[in-house]
Amino acid sequence: MHIKQELTERHVLTLTVDNEAGTLARIAGMFTSRGYNIDSLTVADISEDHTTSRITIVTRGPPPVIDQIIAQCERLIPVHKVTDLTEAGPHVERELALVKVRGTGDQRVEAMRLADIYRARVIDATVNSFIFEITGGPDKIDTFVALMREVGLVEVGRTGIVGLMRGAEGS
Amino acid sequence: MSEDFIVPEKSGAEILIDTLIEQGVDTVFGYPGGAVLPIYDALFQHKKIRHVLVRHEAGAAHAAEGYARSTGKPGVVLVTSGPGATNAVTGIADAFMDSIPLIVLTGQVATNLIGSDAFQEADTVGITRHCSKHNYLVKDPADLASTVREAFAIATKGRPGPVVIDIPKNVQVATTSTHVKRATSSRFNPAGEADYAEINRAVELLANAKAPILYTGGGIINSGSDASAALRELAELCGAPVTSTLMGLGAYPASGDAWLGMLGMHGTYEANMAMNQCDVMLCLGARFDDRVTGRLDAFSPDSIKIHIDIDRSSINKTVRVDLPIVADVGAAIRQMIEVWKGRKYKAAALDDWWARIKGWRAVDCLSYPGSTQEIMPQYAIERLFAATKDKSPIITTEVGQHQMWAAQHFHFDAPNKWLTSGGLGTMGYGLPAAVGAQMGNPDALVIDIAGEASIQMNIQEMATATQYRLPVKVFILNNEWMGMVRQWQELTYESRFSESYSDSLPDFVALAEAYGWKGIRCSDPAKLDDAIAEMLAYDGPVMFDCRVHKTSNCFPMIPSGAAHTDMILHSDEVSGTMDDEAKALV
Repeated sequence: MHIKQELTERHVLTLTVDNEAGTLARIAGMFTSRGYNIDSLTVADISEDHTTSRITIVTRGPPPVIDQIIAQCERLIPVHKVTDLTEAGPHVERELALVKVRGTGDQRVEAMRLADIYRARVIDATVNSFIFEITGGPDKIDTFVALMREVGLVEVGRTGIVGLMRGAEGS
Repeated sequence: MSEDFIVPEKSGAEILIDTLIEQGVDTVFGYPGGAVLPIYDALFQHKKIRHVLVRHEAGAAHAAEGYARSTGKPGVVLVTSGPGATNAVTGIADAFMDSIPLIVLTGQVATNLIGSDAFQEADTVGITRHCSKHNYLVKDPADLASTVREAFAIATKGRPGPVVIDIPKNVQVATTSTHVKRATSSRFNPAGEADYAEINRAVELLANAKAPILYTGGGIINSGSDASAALRELAELCGAPVTSTLMGLGAYPASGDAWLGMLGMHGTYEANMAMNQCDVMLCLGARFDDRVTGRLDAFSPDSIKIHIDIDRSSINKTVRVDLPIVADVGAAIRQMIEVWKGRKYKAAALDDWWARIKGWRAVDCLSYPGSTQEIMPQYAIERLFAATKDKSPIITTEVGQHQMWAAQHFHFDAPNKWLTSGGLGTMGYGLPAAVGAQMGNPDALVIDIAGEASIQMNIQEMATATQYRLPVKVFILNNEWMGMVRQWQELTYESRFSESYSDSLPDFVALAEAYGWKGIRCSDPAKLDDAIAEMLAYDGPVMFDCRVHKTSNCFPMIPSGAAHTDMILHSDEVSGTMDDEAKALV
């Protein structure tokens, strides 16, 4: 007998949740305990009175599993609303990355030139290093990081994805 | 936030007790310890709440479950920090799986010690996070009252479940004169009535079905006795046969004409065949558990499935349904009745369908080999039922063969009479659940149908029954084996009986007497009725050691990984081996 693998889809979910102790653990732990995947997860307080946070989760699974993930999230008491941006229609996704490269001479020039093409900004520089700040969709950041590997990548920090519906309406 | 309000200065412990009384709590199952001493002191001074001292915290949680399931009110548990809380976890997980409303109050070390590996510290909120409906760590006595109120609402409304409130010792001692009001209006809104468009569609499907079936579950019992009454009316109107999960027994009377018996792994042949062959399945407050469905790709392949459940995550979880309806099942059945009557539907001509069911009933799947030498376990249940059916008993069980035999051969005509651990399958549930049920129903006949192995898992609760003079009866089907394990080993592992023999059993009669109970032993089928009568006549707790045939198996059975149509009806159909795919299933 062998364990079967299933085809999966990538979905971006946003959750409006109570900003209280344990909420993140409850959601992240629910994903673990029910065997769901988390590709990335971001969370921050978004309300004026600090009572509400927005969580963006990028997950992966067969369509019925995605449906079940949404239902299981909605079942949690501190979760007020779950939106599947991938299902809901046109939306934007952005991620921010900080990328440190080290090098001198041609390598340093090439890093700078590539950063320019990718509209990454320099936010720290020494004579033999840069830190670039880049925002964009995950593909753009993946590609940029891959290029930086060729020109002296030291380390990368990524925020994970946040997303919003396009158009005038809120999700 | 919202405005707070000012009240007389009180300690956290006093606020807790006051709020419990305000919520209508009259019974608490618990065990004291260092981190709950302030609460126990406050309890000592309030005579309105009766505290039941269990002998192990697992017993407290199961007793509260038994109380809740038999009364319809939430059960309340009070235990200390660390081991007190961890011992209660099995009961919390059990209540979570079976949707039983519990409020579990756990002590915690003082807030300044949390995280320091203090004496009797455990991360109770972390440990219970995924086996409770919700949980809290209360860090300020001003938050206590609103937290407890919200906890009761969460535990009892929507799909019920356990809610844990972890209260550090300094929060119990500290005083406050303000109560924080929680802004909770939008965070807990369970479904109520169904959408009428969906109800209309459901009624239309049911009315036009040629082979309909009502597949009912514990949700109907949780929805209240009104829901059971509504189910009976709907079944009458549409003329469809009714089957139920283990948790739903009693919602539709077993004496009713439309009753097919329980479905699933140890369900009846007629119930499982009807599920397989139906054209419209109306699932009411059940959740397509793996014990019910058998092999998923062969589960009722040609039916249109309607699923009414209050918990959206239960719908389309394992089985895709055609008409999902998120609603309180009792309200939705009432709506269906209203629409059915309003549109003047008539029950369809189901004669052909009932003729087929009659054919399946003729298989007589619950028959078993008789014996005049030994008590057959099924016979013991039948005689117990015959002797008690007029007393409307509350039956609890442990987990295993005896539980399935009880589900098959004991029949329930009313809800809240059958208390069993279905989802989690917790051995040791029955005795404490009987204690809790007897506390909630002092005049009822409460019987724990047990196995000799399961009963030992929480046998210390005998002392609790003695202390509170609870006349519970424990009816042990003693076959000297962990019967269900032995049965699976016989079916799946060519009778290699690895560790399933119940060795070194206590003398249950002597044990009963040691605890101040009456002990009865019977091994002769001819004397069984008299022995049962003796048990029932005794005004006090009785442990009945019923020595039964040792190697009986529980049939019918759908082996793991098999379809409803592949039931094993008798032992001679057992091959003794299974492939790895089947072995991997629980």
